Amino acid sequence: MKSADGAKRWLLVGIALAVVASYFTPQFNRYYLGIAIDCGINIILAVSLNLINGHTGQFSLGHAGFMAVGGYTAAKFSLVFEAMVPDSLKPLLFVAALTLGGLIAALAGLGVGVPSLRLKGDYLAIVTLGFGEIIRVVVQNMESVGAASGLKNIPKWTTLGWTFALAAITIYAVASLVNSTYGRGFIAVSDDEVAASSMGINPVRYKVTAFVTGAFFAGIAGGLYAHHKQFLSPTGFDFLKSIDIVVMVILGGMGRTAGVVIAAIILTLLPEFLRQFADYRMIIYSLLIIGLMMARPQGLFTLSFKKKGAASV
Amino acid sequence: MRDLLFHGACSAIILTLTACGGGNSGSTILVGEFASLTGKEATFGISSHEGTQLAIEELNAAGGVLGKKFELKTEDDQSKAGEPANVVNKLISKDGVVAILGEVASSRSLEAAPIAQQNKIPMISPASTNPKVTETGDYIFRVCFIDPFQGTVMANFATKTLKAKKVAVFTDVKSDYSKGLAKFFKEGFTKAGGTIAGELDFNGGDKDFKAQLTAIKSAAPDAVFVPGYYTDVALICIQAKQLGLNVPLFGGDGWESETLLNIGKDAVEGHYFSTHYAADAASPKVTAFVAAYKKRYNGKVPDAMAALGYDSAMFLADGIKRAGSTDGDKIREALAATTDFDAVTGKMRINEHRDAVKSAVILQVKGGAFKYLETVSP
Amino acid sequence: MEWFLQQLINGLALGSIYALIALGYTMVYGVLRFINFAHSDVLMLGAFSAYYVAPAIEKVLPLPSVLGALVIILISTLICAGIGMLIEFLAYRPLRNRPKLTVLITAIGVSLFIEFTCQHKSVFGADTKPFPQLLPATDFHVLGLIISSNDLLVVFITAILLTALWFIVQRTKMGTAMRAVSFNQQAAALMGVNINKIISFTFGLGSALAAIAGILYALKAPGIEPLMGVQPGLRAFVAAVLGGIGNLPGAALGGLLLGLLETFAGGISGLSNYRDGIAFAILILILLFKPAGLLGKATIEKV
Repeated sequence: MKSADGAKRWLLVGIALAVVASYFTPQFNRYYLGIAIDCGINIILAVSLNLINGHTGQFSLGHAGFMAVGGYTAAKFSLVFEAMVPDSLKPLLFVAALTLGGLIAALAGLGVGVPSLRLKGDYLAIVTLGFGEIIRVVVQNMESVGAASGLKNIPKWTTLGWTFALAAITIYAVASLVNSTYGRGFIAVSDDEVAASSMGINPVRYKVTAFVTGAFFAGIAGGLYAHHKQFLSPTGFDFLKSIDIVVMVILGGMGRTAGVVIAAIILTLLPEFLRQFADYRMIIYSLLIIGLMMARPQGLFTLSFKKKGAASV
Repeated sequence: MRDLLFHGACSAIILTLTACGGGNSGSTILVGEFASLTGKEATFGISSHEGTQLAIEELNAAGGVLGKKFELKTEDDQSKAGEPANVVNKLISKDGVVAILGEVASSRSLEAAPIAQQNKIPMISPASTNPKVTETGDYIFRVCFIDPFQGTVMANFATKTLKAKKVAVFTDVKSDYSKGLAKFFKEGFTKAGGTIAGELDFNGGDKDFKAQLTAIKSAAPDAVFVPGYYTDVALICIQAKQLGLNVPLFGGDGWESETLLNIGKDAVEGHYFSTHYAADAASPKVTAFVAAYKKRYNGKVPDAMAALGYDSAMFLADGIKRAGSTDGDKIREALAATTDFDAVTGKMRINEHRDAVKSAVILQVKGGAFKYLETVSP
Repeated sequence: MEWFLQQLINGLALGSIYALIALGYTMVYGVLRFINFAHSDVLMLGAFSAYYVAPAIEKVLPLPSVLGALVIILISTLICAGIGMLIEFLAYRPLRNRPKLTVLITAIGVSLFIEFTCQHKSVFGADTKPFPQLLPATDFHVLGLIISSNDLLVVFITAILLTALWFIVQRTKMGTAMRAVSFNQQAAALMGVNINKIISFTFGLGSALAAIAGILYALKAPGIEPLMGVQPGLRAFVAAVLGGIGNLPGAALGGLLLGLLETFAGGISGLSNYRDGIAFAILILILLFKPAGLLGKATIEKV
């Protein structure tokens, strides 16, 4: 299992890097630090969506919704318990908040995964999009989390170390899940559902597992985001945010973890590099997306943990 | 090979991360501005940006302050949540600005405020009226009045001038500005003995309001309070007229724009709103501002956001001048000590919450123009 | 009762616009099997074409007038049909045999490109512009109900265009070729159908519909800006899926249903704030029971 070794190595390197990086954090320029954390959060989002859209071949347009559920849950939890906990236990509280956010998001994933059993392709896309929008509308009307004016004063606990350690864990979890004997089922479902089920693989279970796992990590990413930006508002989780993540996955090459990670980094940095073009920035950004799809439709990178031909979309 | 690439990438990341930002060069004062220049709320961001830009140009033409000229560094936040934090971080940490101007939307000001506060860089919001904005900390200021004041003003106006007993409230559920204003209006109006005949909501950017307006009509209110932005309000007025809802509509400073008249035409006739200044009962200062703005932007008439953007820059320049320094702490102290600043949007002072205290005026749309009705002092 | 009937009228008028936009989505989907995200932006371009054409026409023909409006609509429709064909030629044709998701992301890219370009100050600018009154408008008062002539017009035009479209697809040679391409592209090519021509025509037709929808939408709500298409576009997309994507009457039905649901939800205090979500909630409920939409045919996958 060469690929599993690869994943483990990534995990170790990632965590080591994260620990080293957080040691130097105070010396970092805050702008670059913020962008680096954004990169890490987007990696988690893209890799987790890749499990649903890439490996399992579903088409979800509601990832921002899971992120919102996780983010709001974690933020509210921290805000309620922050004052009751001594400083030394704050990291524990942060872990608890992130986990809770992930779990509640996973629950939402279950809610989306179940209807997905009956739906395919565009119908599934629109249902997940709908779920994402419903979550946004509900949050927009919940006074307990600030409704339209947003949730503010969230403690700033997200650090570079936390973000990249969690990103490494996400990559590791998704990669080992897919590469396990059990996990070959995801790819089988993605390649041919009918053939898979005739081989004794239960597509229903795999699809739900993909949605629940993907949503869990999206929830974690939401929690990190909340404690990074210190402010949440419902408008940040509309379907354009979901589309941003989908673009990362497709650009990275559906089902290719390394490619998706690099695509997430590139698509986070690109708008920042384009700042100097001021009001032409987003025009150039959209042209680049079109150009990339024409030049590299299979995704930017063909690097993969998988053996060749394991999955293609 | 892959390892090599990976390690290369890691070192590159570390290197960029530790790179230092540029500082203020000696000859200019670098001011950062963030605004929604593209995206859903670009209209408002562009207006405030144009006002700010005009102010900076005028200041520089007059020789700047402390013998230095201003340099405005503007960043676009695409009307998107998540962006203001990045942008303000960049302005402060990479560009090294001495102060931040922005944003119109309270939700985006709220996102940026903690960053300005942590870096001890003064931030002045031109038009965020949500009271929470300046609660973030002592470096956050604003040059506009806040929702509780405006909501109370309109509640009094409804009871005293309109003599309304039953008022329906039509809120933009997507906008914290609209929700805040609606809340304080409802409190004020019920306290004054009025009843709220109906509460309906729309989403900013909607184009069809007939469903809600039909429901409002069947509640038969004496007037309808519509705290919203002019782009939506104009369409609401048109559709209200089509549905035969012939009662006065009234709202807040979000109504103020020539566009309201251009789109709404005769449908906005006779309606009322509160705002910062009246162009027709103008002081020489307002007349000069309107003329300069028109000249600079090809005949475009400034809206409230443009005037406030202009004021935010002028207020900052005044603060720097009184502080005699571009040090963040000194500017903050000077701004907080403002007792009498003559802005385009009226004379103002800064209170202990770092909010501007100034009077509001109530205007009526009459004969295709805004006509001054009354001034309400705080 | 009066309240109910008035909301019914409001809902039908809104639903007709959704239906008209949904027709364009569904037609392109029927032939190419992908969702043309840029459709909603073509709608916006339709409204802006009319906005810029109107002053020129006003010099020759009086406005508002029926003839003047017709000429303006015709010119804008032609402009947008051209733009639609150009988008297909430049962005989608090179990707014809690539995975559908590639085309979908390209479509999102095209949509963003049009939106950001049009928001730029040297193109249209981001501010809302007043849309001219092209047609003489009146409100009819019938039994305490109020029906605006614009709303009647929308319902009327949608009905006519749906019939015309159905006729084109089912009764003309071009339509037969469209159905053949939709059924099996390779086989159609072997039968001598010029695939490029058919797809180009489909895009032209779809964009023309979007342009008409854009102008009608602008007449209803006469403030136009570069992002005006996004929200109705999303709703129409939902409507097309609701009715069974690829199915013309389904798109019309989905549009009307969505318009009515939104209107009734929007008219209830305490529910109007959930209006955006309600449409989706009902869509999900319907899809749970009819996974291929109301009129779509469920396909059985063969081994």
